[in-house]
Amino acid sequence: MPVHATMPPTAPAKAKSALRNGRAPSPHRGRTAPALIFGDLWEFDPAPESADPKLKPRYELFINGEFVPPRSGKYFESINPANERKLAEIASGGAPDVDAAYEAASRAFGTWGRMPGRERGKYLYRVARLLQDRAREFAVAETMDNGKPIRETRDFDVPMCAAHFFYHAGWADKLEYVAPGRKAAPLGVVGQVIPWNFPLLMLAWKLAPALAMGNCAVLKPASNTCITALKLAEIFQDAGLPPGVVNIVTGPGSTGGLIMAHPTASKIAFTGSTDVGKVIMRSVAGGDKRMTMELGGKAANIVFDDAPIDQAVEGIVNGIFFNQGQVCCAGSRLLVHEPVAAAVTAKLRNRLRVLRVGDPLDKNTDVGAIVSRAQLDTIKEYLKIGVEEGAEMWQPPCRLPSKGYFLPPTLFTGVTQSHRIAREEIFGPVLSILTFRTVDEAIEKANNTPYGLSAGVWTDKGSRILKMSTELKAGVVWANTFNKFDPTSPFGGYKESGFGREGGRQGLLDYAKLT
Amino acid sequence: MPAIAYPSAFRRLFDEIGTVDAVGVEERVAKYATRSIKKASKVSGLKLAVSMVDLTTLEGKDTPGKIASLCRKALHPHEDPDVPSVAAVCVYPSMVRHAKKHVAGTAVRVASVATAFPSGQTPLKTRLAEVRCAAADGADEIDMVINRGAFLAGEFGRVQDEISAVLEACGDAALKVILEVSELETYDAIRAASFLAMGVLREGDFIKTSTGKTSLNATLGNNQVMIDAIRDHFLDTGISIGMKPAGGIRGAKQALHFLVAVKETLGDAWLVNRRYRFGASALLNDLLRQIEKEKTGAYQAPYYFSDAAESY
Repeated sequence: MPVHATMPPTAPAKAKSALRNGRAPSPHRGRTAPALIFGDLWEFDPAPESADPKLKPRYELFINGEFVPPRSGKYFESINPANERKLAEIASGGAPDVDAAYEAASRAFGTWGRMPGRERGKYLYRVARLLQDRAREFAVAETMDNGKPIRETRDFDVPMCAAHFFYHAGWADKLEYVAPGRKAAPLGVVGQVIPWNFPLLMLAWKLAPALAMGNCAVLKPASNTCITALKLAEIFQDAGLPPGVVNIVTGPGSTGGLIMAHPTASKIAFTGSTDVGKVIMRSVAGGDKRMTMELGGKAANIVFDDAPIDQAVEGIVNGIFFNQGQVCCAGSRLLVHEPVAAAVTAKLRNRLRVLRVGDPLDKNTDVGAIVSRAQLDTIKEYLKIGVEEGAEMWQPPCRLPSKGYFLPPTLFTGVTQSHRIAREEIFGPVLSILTFRTVDEAIEKANNTPYGLSAGVWTDKGSRILKMSTELKAGVVWANTFNKFDPTSPFGGYKESGFGREGGRQGLLDYAKLT
Repeated sequence: MPAIAYPSAFRRLFDEIGTVDAVGVEERVAKYATRSIKKASKVSGLKLAVSMVDLTTLEGKDTPGKIASLCRKALHPHEDPDVPSVAAVCVYPSMVRHAKKHVAGTAVRVASVATAFPSGQTPLKTRLAEVRCAAADGADEIDMVINRGAFLAGEFGRVQDEISAVLEACGDAALKVILEVSELETYDAIRAASFLAMGVLREGDFIKTSTGKTSLNATLGNNQVMIDAIRDHFLDTGISIGMKPAGGIRGAKQALHFLVAVKETLGDAWLVNRRYRFGASALLNDLLRQIEKEKTGAYQAPYYFSDAAESY
């Protein structure tokens, strides 16, 4: 029939459609394709969160239950990445401060470690409740310190931090049952170094299980983001936590090295980049310290052709643009089934056009500021590498603030396994889109990385989810969702993404001596 | 019945239009409710919402007198001249000619539910006669219900044939196809029914969530599934179909969340009352109350606003 002769070979014949006058052939063929208009017909006014973050001009070290100045007398500046203005001065701790912190922790362990679990639990419940009381204040402080949108700190970081304290408080009086048939005892003093991407939440992941089990801690927040850790120290004081149970030493990376290598530490826990993790592991090799490492990732988010596409697109966005992509388990590699690759990419572009990039304190901001100039430069370097290696870069049109470290959400198409942007962790809002044809190919590509922290699978077929979650070498596999966290669920990696688990019973056992 | 019943009509349709993940939809729409609409954007959003209201009375006790006051309210919702008139009044077929008298020559249109609203359970012949009658009496828009029985039984051809027949009976009147989402139950079914309807609709016709006569009506979730379908249909065919959530939207804030969904899913071209409507009655006075509050800084008592349709 002549009418069929004009139809492209891929268009299904009209008679086969389940719809009358349905989806094919498209009447607009040959004319300009229809496009959606995302303009400013109804623009939102700025809606800044106005709660007072109650920042101090200067933050000291928190040792033995008190705020003390560093022995060196030196301080460094903490910058708000959204406007490059100074937020506060932070104490620069060194070797004598770290020694003092460990000494205080050792002393405190004598009582804290022997205290009945039920009593320890009361302190943890108190911390969680006091944090909830001051949730908005902490959310604003976290946003100013880190650059992440207030929507995330308010709805995720702060409530999740409290949830971890609540959860582990609940374990404190049930430690008899945590390892049936065996006895769980605390390890002693633990050294902990946490990253800047979730300053409060990572602190809770480390401190809550350690304290619940009866350990005392020396913790160093990342030098970019110390403020909320020290604000939480105020809560520790208010909660009456015995002095020395938690000690917070701020300072440069070298201070972190001192904490990790300190002879008093019976266990060290680190979350951060794989490179630094390797340095730490070398420095403590040969000793008898226990270790938990939560390192980098290059997660594959795998979309099959039977997936609910709109919700998959939403999951892809949550996977890579949550916290500006500065997430170790970010879904930074999108593996999409070839038959739907074009459709998924097109829908993704429309979705990115309505993401709001800008002032993190604005309640409508979806993508905030990158944590630091150095991190922004690293990400931009990767954008250059991606383009130079022949991948096609796309960014939605958006007006970025003139000050601050901002980057539009970025997609790369035409990426293959050998591109650096598909192999190396970028830690930014940059998504590399690769395609696959078969299930086996998807598994092989997903596992073809030194990392193994997380993965996502999008399909309507339950048996395929089970198969994929068995074969993907990743600590967490999300099915038809992404970036979901819960205190009851253990989190951690395979291969160079680290070892040990945080959260759940498994995470608790990483802070216990079993006999 | 079709000769081959396997795979089922639903399976074949889902293969063509894709499925919906309920958890994902609800997560998406939860974000709309966190949008903070303040100051000028709030006022313009509220006025936009007023201009999109299909001011509705669908009661057995409706009289020409009540219709007269409904029409007056539709034309002049509030003494503030900046407040626009609503999009349409929505009435039963027997009230169309009374409504028409009051709004003829104005921007307010007369919409009439027809096709044995809300159940649709009369012979097609009767339903078509009702549509013709309403159109002849001057209805600018017809709100029909789909044959849910046929839909749930997988008789999609019949569902589409009936919509086509109603469309023909409408003449120039725009058609709004009510899916009655609460009887379809799943998001998958809502998406499927949306595509069945859009497959036969003309540019400028609407799909609509519900009659307002069942327990569950418009929610951000089923609104999202339907506007996703409208967007997919538009990008595929170039035909823009309108959307009308109806029933259950009583608050101004809620209406703004629906508009955020439209803004972020369909874009600016749907932020007009030719493409988006609210089927509501109580909503109007809450919108007016919020507009007044933005202007004066204080909430006015309800009795400062003339009665809306629901209050008598």
